[in-house]
Amino acid sequence: MFLRNFSIVLILAASFGHSSAFADTIKIGEVGSMTGSEATFGISTHEGIELAIKEQNAKGGVKGKKLELISVDNQGKPEEAAIGTTKLVTQDKVVAVLGEVASSRSLAMAPIAQKNKIPMISPSSTNPKVTTIGDYIFRVCFIDPFQGSVMAKFASETLKAKKVAVLRDVKSDYSLGLSDFFKESFIKSGGEIVVEQTYSSGDVDFNSQLTSIRAKKPDAIFVPGYYTEVGLIAKQARKLGIKAALLGGDGWDSDKLYEIGGKSLNNGYFSNHYSKDDQSPAVQSFVKNYKAAYNKVPDGLAAMGYDAALVLISAMESTKSASPKEIRDAVAKIKDFQAVTGRISIDEKRNANKPAVILEIKDGKFLYKSTVNP
Amino acid sequence: MNSTNKTEERNPAAGLVGLKWWILAVAFAWVLNRWLPDVMSSYYFDIIILAGINIILAVSLNLVNGFTGQFSMGHAGFMSVGGYYSAYITTQLLVSHPHLMENPITGNLVFVASLFLGGLAATAVGYLVGLPSLRLRGDYLAIVTLGFGEIIRVIFLNTNAVGGARGLSGITQYTTFGWIFTFVIFTIFCVWRVVHSAQGRVLLSIREDEIAATAMGVNTTQGKVQAFAMGAFFAGIAGGLFAHNLSTINPQIFDFNRSFEVIIMVVLGGMGSISGSVVAAVLLTVLKEALRPLQNYTGVDLRMVIYALVLILMMLARPKGIFGTSEIADSFRAKKGNPS
Amino acid sequence: MAEFAQYIINGLSQGGTYALIALGYTMVFGILQLINFAHGEVYMLGAFVGYYASKYIVNHQLNERINLLVNGAADQASTSSAILTAILIILLAMVTCALIGFLIERLAYRPLRSSPRINLLITAVGVSLFFQYSGQLLFGSDPKAYPDLFENLEPWTFGSDDNAIFLEPLKVFVFGTAITLMLILRHVIFHTRLGRAMRAVSFNHDLASLMGIPTDRVIAATFMMGSALAGAAGVMVAMTYPKVEPLMGSLPGLKAFCAAVLGGIGNVTGAVLGSFILGVAEALLSGYGTPTYKDALAFAILILILLIKPSGLLGVHRTEKV
Repeated sequence: MFLRNFSIVLILAASFGHSSAFADTIKIGEVGSMTGSEATFGISTHEGIELAIKEQNAKGGVKGKKLELISVDNQGKPEEAAIGTTKLVTQDKVVAVLGEVASSRSLAMAPIAQKNKIPMISPSSTNPKVTTIGDYIFRVCFIDPFQGSVMAKFASETLKAKKVAVLRDVKSDYSLGLSDFFKESFIKSGGEIVVEQTYSSGDVDFNSQLTSIRAKKPDAIFVPGYYTEVGLIAKQARKLGIKAALLGGDGWDSDKLYEIGGKSLNNGYFSNHYSKDDQSPAVQSFVKNYKAAYNKVPDGLAAMGYDAALVLISAMESTKSASPKEIRDAVAKIKDFQAVTGRISIDEKRNANKPAVILEIKDGKFLYKSTVNP
Repeated sequence: MNSTNKTEERNPAAGLVGLKWWILAVAFAWVLNRWLPDVMSSYYFDIIILAGINIILAVSLNLVNGFTGQFSMGHAGFMSVGGYYSAYITTQLLVSHPHLMENPITGNLVFVASLFLGGLAATAVGYLVGLPSLRLRGDYLAIVTLGFGEIIRVIFLNTNAVGGARGLSGITQYTTFGWIFTFVIFTIFCVWRVVHSAQGRVLLSIREDEIAATAMGVNTTQGKVQAFAMGAFFAGIAGGLFAHNLSTINPQIFDFNRSFEVIIMVVLGGMGSISGSVVAAVLLTVLKEALRPLQNYTGVDLRMVIYALVLILMMLARPKGIFGTSEIADSFRAKKGNPS
Repeated sequence: MAEFAQYIINGLSQGGTYALIALGYTMVFGILQLINFAHGEVYMLGAFVGYYASKYIVNHQLNERINLLVNGAADQASTSSAILTAILIILLAMVTCALIGFLIERLAYRPLRSSPRINLLITAVGVSLFFQYSGQLLFGSDPKAYPDLFENLEPWTFGSDDNAIFLEPLKVFVFGTAITLMLILRHVIFHTRLGRAMRAVSFNHDLASLMGIPTDRVIAATFMMGSALAGAAGVMVAMTYPKVEPLMGSLPGLKAFCAAVLGGIGNVTGAVLGSFILGVAEALLSGYGTPTYKDALAFAILILILLIKPSGLLGVHRTEKV
């Protein structure tokens, strides 16, 4: 019995680590949450990356070699992200890793990428800590301090709001970080946070929190959460008679938001990485190609995945031999790179310097409202 | 009178192969620790480390579920207490006494101390969880332990000192193959000794027939609470090792699914068999990685569905698990011609 | 004051949904002494049945046919046609879930009837997790938006602007249905032969079969009734909070169990009472305190009641026989 089990273990161990069929491709690794409770984020990002790579391969690849994307699913768990990264770096020998969306998983991946000196680009992790792990870790999105201040400025300057209530997701470090920075900015500009309420992602009933918010009569409510809850929050808020504007961050970005929230989202605004109604040719061709390939409209995460891949590809092209160290140095030098989500410049902290757009929700459409530059 | 229960005939230390061999194995592990990273890919290393952590978790849970018959579903809660406490200690000390932590010798000493402190913190929580178990039967106990696991998780989620939802990050990666092996041996050794001692008889009697045991004067309440506390101690150590391997932890990691994964290892291996837990832990850790190509091929994650099915089918077909209540050592002793 | 009343209303509405799930738990426990972990997943499946049913109705313009039937014009929606559609969907979900409950009992629980209790418990956990994970595979783990049939109905308002209390017709519907189903169940258990058989089996399984009661069939019927109630709960929750996803059942299931224990497990009225108490307690905690401990509240209540009065508020203490 024991011997049987032991031999099973041996056989399985021996079956790991097979080299890929094509010896002369450039291997790029990707770690994402393709299954589990955050599957939609991982899948969107993956599709964006895949599209960029496919398009580049159609143009002949990089330096004459085709790009091969090796994706690893982490089920939404940090330790799976870590072991997946180890596998990509040591077994599959990728030259760079793209990932992850959630900061908690990026934090698990980064030490491994750094230790093995493989550049890692996160498409959408906004926790400032991620890039501090080492000089091989980059991101192509703005960080929470910037996004928080964007909405704070919008609230006080455009909406002329003096009193704002905050309703944040206590289970999400993204939500916590964003609300902290929003509060800081808003108070600095003279506003008042009248009440702070919390919920947990997965909740469906927000009536108690909203009732307590209603009593304080805010001009606007900041809800830096994910679309999965925001839709319901908007609905319940309107049904309780709350007419104040609803403000949010890039976690709102999804088709499903309107599906769930419907008309109650009118008078809602959120900051995002890009607007699919942006008429610039880069955005429009991306939207068109994505729709053709995946039969749906790309959300912000797909655009970020696409851009992360674009940045990586551009960096690789400017190197001599696409080795990890050269790629790393090239990424660090990226300035004014025209991507789908704006002009990206990587600063000395390895974060992206780029504008945010503010979108207004009206009758099911995300309307472009304004751009805020850093 | 022929007894079919081999436990009664056993000499407490039998099957333990002498202490000196264990110490030799640990020393050998440290030698490997120096050599292996150069020879073996860190991917396999990581799998071995994870397997070691799972072994500690499975063996410690088996003490409660298998040997004492108390179905605990909150093991991840104890793991999180140990993980958070030890990680808190090392990260705080890194800030206040960087020289202490950066020196490999003192750093490792502090690490081991923090592991034990984490284990003790988990033990304290284990006592707290064990107390209500005095009055509860199987099903209720299961839900209450599940509830405690959730409550612990929610408390960590709301405690800003340990980062709340963000958790702790930047934990120095002290966990190495050497430490894992050492603590695996330590855990197996301790649990084995307890099970084969007088205290172990108490636990088994609670499992077999609690009312009869109480009638015979066995202090079942104390036995149950001690089982919980000890199981929690090792779970805490496993948590500390886990935290110092992944370098970042947050409350989501220690949810019910984590408890479930440990439960399935214990059930698969056989509730009441230490070797069963070891084998099942290794098997399931390796299987998880080995099934990855399947996932890439089909595009869906079948692993958890397969685990759930395995659990159901095991209960229907072979509830004893792979090993039942026997140990690997039994097959060796039987060959020596012992009457049984 | 208006705030307090609003919290109570929210709590009662939430409690109603817990009650429907708790009824299933309490019946199965009463008759089999088994905590059917998979019950929360039956609730989830009911919600999904409702989701796919309403999508089908909308996509095939069946709702217009109903409007035609009720109002005489295909595009004229009204409360009555919405209620009619809702009732149809609820009935469909109830029937489907009853079938699922029957299958679970037959395939996973009945073979283990004579095994130690712990095996049944483990199997129940396995079934629950199996449904969760395969649900993620089958339906996709992304949340689905439930079509809102009651969309155009305005909430009823009591009082004026600042002190307004909002009462949604949908919530009244859910509350009313929960009470109705509870009354029907009570009638079945106490005034029908089947109910008497159920009570007999829960009192002493072997003796009941000796008396000629077809215990297997009675147990199957119990499961089916409990599962039907969970299915109805699933649809009603999906209508109230129009978001369905495969993991939506586990936490409400556990909370409903805690509520059932609070009221006295095995006791139908107790299950409902416990559920309403839990719902209101959660609403008050969220409103006046911190919502983040809301999930832990159910478990804390469970632990407390098991320590103080294990038989629950309305339960009768049974001595454990050797």
